[in-house]
Amino acid sequence: MSEGMATVSYIGATILFILSLGGLSNPETSRRGNLYGMIGMALAVVATVFGPRVSPAGIGWILGAMAVGGSIGLYAARTVQMTQMPELVALMHSLVGLAAMLVGFASYVNPASSATFTGVEKTIHEAEIYIGILIGAVTFSGSVIAFGKLSGKIGGKPLLLPARHWLNLAGLLVVLWVGRLFLNAHSIPQGMTPLIIMTVIALLFGIHMVMAIGGADMPVVVSMLNSYSGWAAAATGFMLSNDLLIVTGALVGSSGAILSYIMCKAMNRHFISVIAGGFGTGDGAPAAAAGAQPAGEVSPISGVETAELLREAKSVIIVPGYGMAVAQAQHTVFEITKHLREKGVKVRFGIHPVAGRMPGHMNVLLAEAKVPYDIVMEMDEINEDFPDTDVAMVIGANDIVNPAAQDDPSSPIAGMPVLEVWKAHTSVVMKRSMASGYAGVDNPLFYKDNNRMLFGDARKMLDEVLAALRA
Amino acid sequence: MPQTIGVPKETWAGEKRVATVPEVVEKLIKLGFRVAVESGAGDAANFSDESYRTVGAQILDSAAGLWAQADIVFKVGVPTAEEVGLMHEGQTLITFVWPAQNPELMQQLAARKVTVLAIDALPRTLSRAQKMDALTSQAGVAGYRAVIEAANAFGRFFNGQITAAGKVPPAKVFIAGAGVAGLAAIGTAAALGAIVRANDTRAEVADQVVSLGGEFVKVEYEEEGSGGGGYARVMSEGFQKAQREMYARQAREVDIIITTALIPGKPAPRLITAEMVESMKPGSVIVDMAAERGGNCELTEPGKSVVRHGVTIVGYTDLTSRLAKQSSTLYATNLFRLAEELCKTKDGVINVNMEDEAIRGLTVVKDGTITWPPPAPKLSAAPPAAAAKPAPAPAKGHGHGKGGEPASAKSTAILFAVAVVVFCLIGVNSPPAFLAHLTVFALACFVGYMVVWNVTPALHTPLMSVTNAISSIIAIGALVQIAPPGQEISTGSWILWMAVVAIVLTAVNMFGGFAVTQRMLAMFRK
Repeated sequence: MSEGMATVSYIGATILFILSLGGLSNPETSRRGNLYGMIGMALAVVATVFGPRVSPAGIGWILGAMAVGGSIGLYAARTVQMTQMPELVALMHSLVGLAAMLVGFASYVNPASSATFTGVEKTIHEAEIYIGILIGAVTFSGSVIAFGKLSGKIGGKPLLLPARHWLNLAGLLVVLWVGRLFLNAHSIPQGMTPLIIMTVIALLFGIHMVMAIGGADMPVVVSMLNSYSGWAAAATGFMLSNDLLIVTGALVGSSGAILSYIMCKAMNRHFISVIAGGFGTGDGAPAAAAGAQPAGEVSPISGVETAELLREAKSVIIVPGYGMAVAQAQHTVFEITKHLREKGVKVRFGIHPVAGRMPGHMNVLLAEAKVPYDIVMEMDEINEDFPDTDVAMVIGANDIVNPAAQDDPSSPIAGMPVLEVWKAHTSVVMKRSMASGYAGVDNPLFYKDNNRMLFGDARKMLDEVLAALRA
Repeated sequence: MPQTIGVPKETWAGEKRVATVPEVVEKLIKLGFRVAVESGAGDAANFSDESYRTVGAQILDSAAGLWAQADIVFKVGVPTAEEVGLMHEGQTLITFVWPAQNPELMQQLAARKVTVLAIDALPRTLSRAQKMDALTSQAGVAGYRAVIEAANAFGRFFNGQITAAGKVPPAKVFIAGAGVAGLAAIGTAAALGAIVRANDTRAEVADQVVSLGGEFVKVEYEEEGSGGGGYARVMSEGFQKAQREMYARQAREVDIIITTALIPGKPAPRLITAEMVESMKPGSVIVDMAAERGGNCELTEPGKSVVRHGVTIVGYTDLTSRLAKQSSTLYATNLFRLAEELCKTKDGVINVNMEDEAIRGLTVVKDGTITWPPPAPKLSAAPPAAAAKPAPAPAKGHGHGKGGEPASAKSTAILFAVAVVVFCLIGVNSPPAFLAHLTVFALACFVGYMVVWNVTPALHTPLMSVTNAISSIIAIGALVQIAPPGQEISTGSWILWMAVVAIVLTAVNMFGGFAVTQRMLAMFRK
């Protein structure tokens, strides 16, 4: 295949990738979008393998490596539980980061790729390698830690080292200084030492950054790492002078950045403060926690009584949270929904943008349980309907239904948009105990007159409710 | 110094309601007010002086004494000239006023240099104001009572029964106008077991009718009748003709008609003609809830129940007073909610805050100046047209802050200045090949930005996994390292092994990412 054909194929792949993301604007077209993505990827890979830059001798190696990696990937995709999606995504980000690192190193040591440049071009090329490896390393180690946190292998509590901001700053300065050494190096072995020092610092920085972020901020972290993996691909594209990589990297990078922005907005937090980490233990929080202790009594309710409430309701809104995912209760939720809908009860779902541990997590879980997507609403669509709702059922969510975000300006989550479940005639909150959510804020909702608490494991309780409904 | 709320005995003939009830007096006292009630004010609504006294109200014997002592007066009926004469400067009166119908009264009130809050002037579209909406609470009571009056005048059961003595068909009830009163009537009649049909010129209430157990009867004519403020508006000639035909058909079929149709500032529309009454079955009943404003039925006599062509036509104008205990309690609660809004400090002193949209709307006289009608309210809710047909487009702009709020000129200018400097530096120092890539990069960022904002939030997880899959395009970087043309493949080369590992890793991502996305998307179904 000639150089021209390869370039044309790359353009085709670029267009297919854009169409692929465009297809996701609607569930109807999304499957086709994914197909475009696959075709684009196949086109790009085939054009490269049979293109002018790979000699036929390498094809065997490539096929072997692809077969190994591909089968691992397909196996993982088949077996993963939908509740584990955030972990899988984080793990995959780490792979992209690692690959970007390896490509960067290989491209630096490869005499063929660097010999062609002189003067400013050489400096720019080396800077690109340097930045590519840097982003790749941060993505890699950060994603590994995010994976650990999401899968519970590492505790969700933020790790707060003393003077952590200064540590980060010192790391940045060292990286800049070492970068200068690297650019001034005259031979490859001479440049290797600064490169490795930088890589180590970048890896440590990635670990430290994600360790310092609390569990509730995980959606932001996952989408941020998604963005990084894109920038890593773009940097690699610059390094290899390959426009396809640049475009794809930029698409992925801006997608992740937008998701991070949406998540931050949904929590009413500034991006910088999320990255700086340590929610609930930051500066303003202790004063607020002392100031707002809601008083009153909570009214517990049993599964049978909940079923009674649901049976008499005309309209029900279910607000799922991470607790539903943990308890794997989505299928029971769907059974209840189906039963109620058959009885003519209007059942809908209200999804907060940051419910769960990654953007859109709840939608995927409900889709897995076969809940039709047209009764699954976004927060903005459904919030004004709560006053006309008989029962609002909160399953394993806490901060996203906390009225303190609206009523109490001193609350750490003040101003965060929340689902106004307390405006429903009755709200039922399913929770294991009275413990507060990830934000560490007590929830005045529990003490409201029209709120009932259903204590226990969400799955078990919902099974009881379902049994009582069917009885 | 806490202010005193005075509650006089109502003076209009037949008015049995009272502006506050003992239960609410307690709450008012908790807000810091003192409460004085004229002796006998609650008698007609079954609230004795004693019951007021036990919750801490002061009982005063004369109306004059009460008006003199009170800083704030709570009333139900429109104040009479005598009552206006008892008012003193600086006093605040909260009651029904109907400023549009009572211009002279407004002048008299203004002359006394008082402040008047007309509970009927509440901006009803404001959702915050619903708790104070006395028109709604009273209309609900009236709607309930209208059904009870109909049942009283009707000679049969409402619900169908099959008894040993034979089969009884259910009563058929038609309700014209599904406002608050109409909806209350639908609910009540349906609860009694009747077959209920209803009609309204506003098509959007059809769901509400059905939700209460009624059946919505459409007029076979295309026209939308929402007139703002939750009222209907006057309809076109063609529509009215179709509507008359529909009413005539219903009149022949049903046993009971309850009419509630009102248009603000106009006489009640004539919906039921004499011929329609004549076509009804003997023993049928019409309850005309619009009797006070001329009646929806041609033969209605306001304030009376009459029999014409064998049909009982109930034109009572005091339906709320016929359920005085209930309507008083609801009204008292509305006024209490208003008192809460007026006295946010809970120290028993009201503050008529003209900045507050709800209070601005209510206040028709402020310290002797007529402030009615209020300026057009800012639209806090969606405009009615949009509410009837929710546009899908705005829903997509989820969290899209950047499009809507232009940044301040200063920060934009700084941003541009920085960008200019950065681009100049790049432009001076970079080789053309790099600039070409930079162009592609910058454009791709914008394309990504545009495309991703269109992604529906429900698909954010698939978006992440698909972007993850396509970011394994990095494989190309590894592919070109593995065996560049003109080089021997040596298994001892670092480059080869690094490239192989990178290909394995990206392949995991590539295949896994697309496969898992496919799996997820397959689950999204209607």
